[in-house]
Amino acid sequence: MSLLASLAAQAAQPVTPVTSVLVETPSVDWWGLLPLILLAAPAMVLLHASSLLRRVFRGFYATASVGIAGTAAAFAIVQWFRVTDLDGGRGPYTTVASAYTVDGYSVFITVVLCVAVIVSSLVADGYLRREGLDGAETYALLLLSASGGVVMASANDLIVLFLGLEVLSIPVYVLAASHLRRSASQEAGFKYFILGAFASAFFLYGIALVYGATGSTNLGTIRQTLQDDPFVDGGALLLAGAAFLLVGFGFKVAAVPFHAWTPDVYQGAPSPVVSYMASGVKAAGFAGLVRVFDVTLAGQVRDWQPIVVGLAVLTLLGGSVLAVAQTDVKRMLAYSSISHAGFLLVGVAVASPEGAAAVLFYLAAYGLMIGGTFAVVTAVAGPGEQATGIDAFRGLGRRQPMLALGFTVLLFAQTGVPLTSGFFAKFGVIKAAVDGGWYWLAAVAMLSAVVGAFVYLRLVVAMFMVEDIDPHHGDGDVVAATPAPVAMPAALTLALAATVVATLVVGFLPGLLTDLAGDAVPVVLATLP
Amino acid sequence: MEFVVFLIAGAIVVGGAIGVLAFANPVHAALSLVATLFGVAVLFVAQNAQFLAAVQVIVYAGAIVVLFLFVIMLLGVDRSDDLRVEPIVGQRPLALLAGVGVLAASLVAVLSAGGSTATRTVRSTAVAIPTEEPDVTSLGRLLFTDHVLALEITAILLTVAVVGAVVLARRPGRDEPSVEADVEAEA
Amino acid sequence: MWLNQFLILGALLFCIGVYGVLARRNGVMVLMSIELILNSVNINLVAFGAFNGTPVGQVFALFVIAVAAAEVGVGLAIVLLIYRNRTSIDLDAADLLKG
Repeated sequence: MSLLASLAAQAAQPVTPVTSVLVETPSVDWWGLLPLILLAAPAMVLLHASSLLRRVFRGFYATASVGIAGTAAAFAIVQWFRVTDLDGGRGPYTTVASAYTVDGYSVFITVVLCVAVIVSSLVADGYLRREGLDGAETYALLLLSASGGVVMASANDLIVLFLGLEVLSIPVYVLAASHLRRSASQEAGFKYFILGAFASAFFLYGIALVYGATGSTNLGTIRQTLQDDPFVDGGALLLAGAAFLLVGFGFKVAAVPFHAWTPDVYQGAPSPVVSYMASGVKAAGFAGLVRVFDVTLAGQVRDWQPIVVGLAVLTLLGGSVLAVAQTDVKRMLAYSSISHAGFLLVGVAVASPEGAAAVLFYLAAYGLMIGGTFAVVTAVAGPGEQATGIDAFRGLGRRQPMLALGFTVLLFAQTGVPLTSGFFAKFGVIKAAVDGGWYWLAAVAMLSAVVGAFVYLRLVVAMFMVEDIDPHHGDGDVVAATPAPVAMPAALTLALAATVVATLVVGFLPGLLTDLAGDAVPVVLATLP
Repeated sequence: MEFVVFLIAGAIVVGGAIGVLAFANPVHAALSLVATLFGVAVLFVAQNAQFLAAVQVIVYAGAIVVLFLFVIMLLGVDRSDDLRVEPIVGQRPLALLAGVGVLAASLVAVLSAGGSTATRTVRSTAVAIPTEEPDVTSLGRLLFTDHVLALEITAILLTVAVVGAVVLARRPGRDEPSVEADVEAEA
Repeated sequence: MWLNQFLILGALLFCIGVYGVLARRNGVMVLMSIELILNSVNINLVAFGAFNGTPVGQVFALFVIAVAAAEVGVGLAIVLLIYRNRTSIDLDAADLLKG
């Protein structure tokens, strides 16, 4: 074709000798990229190791995964001191041709993602062995997905943000489908994949339109362009682009009306993966959402705020009302995670530093409690995750009081009961809404919390108040012969205990986390030029 | 002349896309997709994006569509989708509504914005890309300077995709029986 | 009108793709419709890039093609996996999970 012809012509021209062109590559701050590298590179090493090592001790891969994520989190914490203004740190900065931001905000989300990976890995350890799927792939994919999340949280360029979104999502599609012997898992993976790819396509179209309207995909440049000229030529183009971006994010964080995949996927996918979906993927999604809308498009807040508020209201009410009707615990938790996304959207919608801080706090607290919750679900559901109905929890309080007690704490935290982290998470969001003058939105959020409480209480009641099914009564003969005690692998117990303790500690001393979240936020708002 | 090229290529693109929707036979739909991809490649050439056009043909029309055809053949061609059966009540009208709605929204945006931008510099493509260096050179330069991070992340992305595909393609160990089979046997 | 015609074509292709994703029930066909959307994005990106006088749009389009390849690879792997266990890739036949 003409192209080949032109290439051949170029090759045939001896007149212009090929001179080597010196290209100045951008400077790279390796320290800033370290958490990302420490997640992605060892994940690949782990894969290679799994094919080279013949025999490893039980739980080797889970231990390695926890170690890798822990190391990345440790280096992220070192970053924290460099980028926050304490003790003469250098403050937030961008690197690699200003495509990557290192600021308190991105570091915070990095740590949240690492913790999500650690909890999921601990839960996955026993799960994979129980299901006969043990291997390094699950952990490697979790770590790679988290590296995508880190990219999303740190991206200062829409294209980088999008690529991060894909690196975040594709491993989770695979993980959702990864139970090779459960067709429910594969169908969940496929549904998640189709809707995720659809959402990505919307997101990309939005990027294209925003690029057309502003002439750049760099968030800092976009913000500058919009500040200089709020009525850019492409006003409508920009808004359409922002709307498409919002649709893409809406799918990722499971906001109503883009939530249709959530219950099916949560029910079908392996529970440890769902734990990561609810904590890690959600955190990364909101990280991107806040950075694009609250920071970059801050000047256009009047245009997008009504839409985000609308989404928040629909998500708050839709999630909690639909959760009430569920009898399967995983579906119930799916809908309740939707209503939690509604709370987070309230924090985004108020478009203030307090709102963003509340979102960070919420993500950290929710990530811990949902991780522990799915640890319990993993254990109780038993081999093949057959027992996910609410009946499986009946009488658990009598049979395994400690397990039931831990689960109750986590459920109360999700309800928003005082002295748990969940209370302060919800409180922070509602306070941000009230401070911003959104009284009715705060009222809707509280209404949603009340409706949602019913769902969690139903589980608690099932565990403690309902009698075990009488073996001599009704058709329960087979079921009721005292169910086998729930097997609790050590790693899973550790994950559960750690999340319960963290939930309570943050509940008693919320200042620990609120201060950190508060420190992270002004940084993000000042970062971009 | 340019406009004529655009019209022909655009017609092929849209025709191919409609074909993807309309053909009941997946193989025909895949071939129709090839037409769309070629049309898009022609449009790229018309905008001085020769390298991208080559990538479009080699990667998209070559690799991706072949992968599609491979899977379709593997699954059986006769398993075609009967277009006359309404899958879910009201799904098609709903899809049509969504499609038309999105079309209207993007057209309004494009026309209201594009109209004003287009008058700013008419036909900017003619002078758009500096011709002193071939577009491959400038693309390469951009890839390794301004967008080097994105390039590296693409590397991670492709690795992830390979790992993911391998994980899914692996067969479960033969000695472990299917969980569901167990349960069905119990029930 | 040099820019507009591309944008209109892109919008048209985008909508055909959206309709396809929503209306077709065959998993492979849905994937093809998603490819249509990604192509519409590429048309837009290249047109905007050419309009702005930089090849940056083409760079983005390259990334989009890479993403498309990755997605199709994983998507078709899942389709094959499902097919191995069942003999249908009809989305509605995924009835284990009540929607």
